[in-house]
Amino acid sequence: MLEHYLGLFVKSVFIENMALAFFLGMCTFLAVSKKVETALSLGIAVTFVQAITVPANNLVFNHLLKPGALAWMGLEKSDLTFLGLITYIGIVAAIVQILEMGLDRYVPTLYNALGIFLPLITVNCAILGGTLLMVERDYNFGESVVYGVGSGAGWALAIVALAGVREKLKYSDVPDGLKGLGITFITAGLMALAFMLFGGISL
Amino acid sequence: MDKHTKEVLVQPIFRNNPIALQVLGICSALAVTSKMAPTLVMCISVIITVALSNAAVAAIRAHIPSSIRIIVQMTVIASLVIVIEQVLKAFVYDIYKSMSVFVGLIITNCIVMGRAEAFAMKNPVGLSFLDGIGNTLGYSAVLISVAVVRELTGSGKLFGYSILQPATEGGWYVPNGLMLMPPSAFFLIAIFIWIVRTVYPNQVEKEG
Repeated sequence: MLEHYLGLFVKSVFIENMALAFFLGMCTFLAVSKKVETALSLGIAVTFVQAITVPANNLVFNHLLKPGALAWMGLEKSDLTFLGLITYIGIVAAIVQILEMGLDRYVPTLYNALGIFLPLITVNCAILGGTLLMVERDYNFGESVVYGVGSGAGWALAIVALAGVREKLKYSDVPDGLKGLGITFITAGLMALAFMLFGGISL
Repeated sequence: MDKHTKEVLVQPIFRNNPIALQVLGICSALAVTSKMAPTLVMCISVIITVALSNAAVAAIRAHIPSSIRIIVQMTVIASLVIVIEQVLKAFVYDIYKSMSVFVGLIITNCIVMGRAEAFAMKNPVGLSFLDGIGNTLGYSAVLISVAVVRELTGSGKLFGYSILQPATEGGWYVPNGLMLMPPSAFFLIAIFIWIVRTVYPNQVEKEG
């Protein structure tokens, strides 16, 4: 059993890396990767939110939305899956908001370090993407916890690595038209090629 | 159509392109562009979503308290995307399946939120509607050009019809498998950005 979870974790961090294999959360990935420090705090925030929202949405899906999930209320034929998207995004937004208030109250240092990035996480497609993939693959609760932590950690790893490369890029002579965004795309493309190395591994 | 209205519609297609200049909506640009058919479906869905969500947000812009505006916009957008998802499921199920989670991810496509927040909150309904169409046409222009290059060089086909006869079927063209892999989209978009910024040098960023 432990092996299964460990395999899922490694798979979600490396083989199915959110940023470099599935290309989720790209907007923030490219826009907020200028410095390693900010990239790291954003990465931590995403991992944190991902680790909470994926299991939370898993519970909602299994106990409210799934076909027949409302049997305990006497509604055996209920199928609310079409409400999925709006429910998930609502839950993500609510959890981010609660987390923001909670951190502000109890861990102000972390709250200050994350700053503006925390509210922006709501619209990070890695978060909603993680939930949707979890639903598509029908993970149980335990798996969804592992998958949430793993996919968040994988995304954090990718953005910190990209930020490291970009810090070094400052010293290189890039053609005018490619400066900034253009060269970042190429860097991310090369990183994605490198991550395809993990592609053939099955756990 | 007066000059300002026309600008709102035409500017974002090339000059102020949402992908190349504003860095919005990149996830889907990379993930769905390996074939023409899903790309077109994606473009049409995004055009409809953004045009309608812009119009809807603009219509209620005076009544949205600013502290909860994000969640109001989210609800509007999510409802529209659910409608699109159901329509796709009903009429083009195969393509819907091949796009997997990316239909749902239109909700978090930054173009939708970005335009609602930056334009629709300050402008009247008609103009916001056009702004939505203009921006998504710019988005579609990038997606379609990337998809044409990827499908043509990657498998020698367009919309599944062979254009360049591949060597495996007795033709002369050896398909470049790399172009079907997602990383190639990064390079193609980088080239697109390079071209745009060579034409409009004022868009060049000061430092890397």
